[in-house]
Amino acid sequence: MIANFGYKDGSGDFYIIIDTDKCNGCGDCVPVCPAGILEVRDNEYDPMADDLMAAVKEEFRKKIKYSCSPCKPDNIDYTLPCVKACQFDAITHSW
Amino acid sequence: MAKEFWRWKEYNWKSENINWNNGAIITGGVDVGSVSSQAVVLVGGELFAYSSMRTGSDSPMSAVNSMNWALEGTGMTLENIKYVVGTGYGRVNVPFANKTITEIACHARGANLMYGNSVRTILDMGGQDCKAIRCDEKGKVTNFLMNDKCAAGTGRGMEVFADLLSVPIEDVGELSFYVEEEPPPVSSTCVVFAKTEATGLLREGWHKNKVIAAYCSAMAHRVVSLLERIGVEDDFVITGGIAKNVGVVRRIAKEIGIKTLETEYDSQIAGALGAALFARSLAEKGK
Repeated sequence: MIANFGYKDGSGDFYIIIDTDKCNGCGDCVPVCPAGILEVRDNEYDPMADDLMAAVKEEFRKKIKYSCSPCKPDNIDYTLPCVKACQFDAITHSW
Repeated sequence: MAKEFWRWKEYNWKSENINWNNGAIITGGVDVGSVSSQAVVLVGGELFAYSSMRTGSDSPMSAVNSMNWALEGTGMTLENIKYVVGTGYGRVNVPFANKTITEIACHARGANLMYGNSVRTILDMGGQDCKAIRCDEKGKVTNFLMNDKCAAGTGRGMEVFADLLSVPIEDVGELSFYVEEEPPPVSSTCVVFAKTEATGLLREGWHKNKVIAAYCSAMAHRVVSLLERIGVEDDFVITGGIAKNVGVVRRIAKEIGIKTLETEYDSQIAGALGAALFARSLAEKGK
C-alpha cells in the first residue's frame, strides 16, 4: 500500500509517502527525525493485517510543511534524515 | 426564521424480508462524520437497516441516536448486535463500539460491496473532507490520500453555496446544467473566497444557475487534482453526500474521462457499511 500522509493546500502538495510493501516497521526512521513526527504503528488501513508500518503521527498530518521545513533548506542538495535512515527506500516526500 | 436551504433530509431504511432472529451473525457499523452520521446493521452480511442524520455538536449522542433510529421498528436492540465497529472523524466517540477503524479502510470495503469488486478507485466526498482511495478486488486499500485541511470540494462548501443562492441543496446539481454555456470555475482553493467571488458574480448580474455551475466545476477541478496524485483506474466510483450531486459528479467524470458506476445502495452509507462488514470479519476471527 502507498500511504500519503499530509495535505494539499493553496501553497502546494505536502505529502510524506510510505510504501508499506517496502516498510517492515523496523523504526530506523523514528529517532532520526528532529521534529519527531514519525512513529511505528499497526496498519490502520488494513484492520485484518497484523504487520507494523511507519506512519506520520496523527497530530502532524496537517502541518508537515512546517514540521519538515528545518530539514529542507533551499538550494542545498542533501538527503533527508528519514529518507537516508530507511534502508528499504520506503519513504519519499512529495515536495 | 429564514428558510435553511442547506438543510438536507435525514432518513432511515429497513429491510422488509430479512428475519434477524434466525441465528445469523448481527454486526453494526457507525460512521460519525463531521457533518453527518450513519449507522448500518447487517444480518449475516446482508443489509438489514440503516440511518443517516446530522452529527451536531455531540458526537457520542449522535452515534447513539443514529443507531437507535436505524433499529426503530425492527424489534432489534443494541444488545442483539454482536460486534460494532466505529469509523469516521468521531470514531472514538461511539460509546458502544468494540473497535474503531479508519474511514479510509471502511470506505474501500463498503464500496467493494456496493459497487462490486471491479471498483479500483474511490473518491469519498464527505462533509468536511475528501478522500481519494485505490483498492484491490477484495476492497483492500492500495493507495490513499486525504484532504481535510481545506473545505473546497466538500459537502460543507456546497451547503454554504446552497444557502447563499437560496437553492435547496438537493436541487443544486440539476440546476447547474441550466446554463447556456459552461462558465469558468470560481476560485477552487477556498470556500470563503469562492463565496466572496460568487457574491461579486451575482452583483454583476450572473444568473444563480450560472454561479452554481461555476462552483460545481471548481469543486470538480479541485478533487480531480487530488485524484491525479494517486492515479485513476476504472472502475471509478464516488461515495459520500456529493455523490448525489450530479452537477459535481458529471463534471468530475468529464474532466478525468471516466464514467462513475451507479449503485442501488445509498452512497452515503459506504463508510458505515464497510465498518459493519469489518465487524463481521472481526467477530468471526474472534478479535
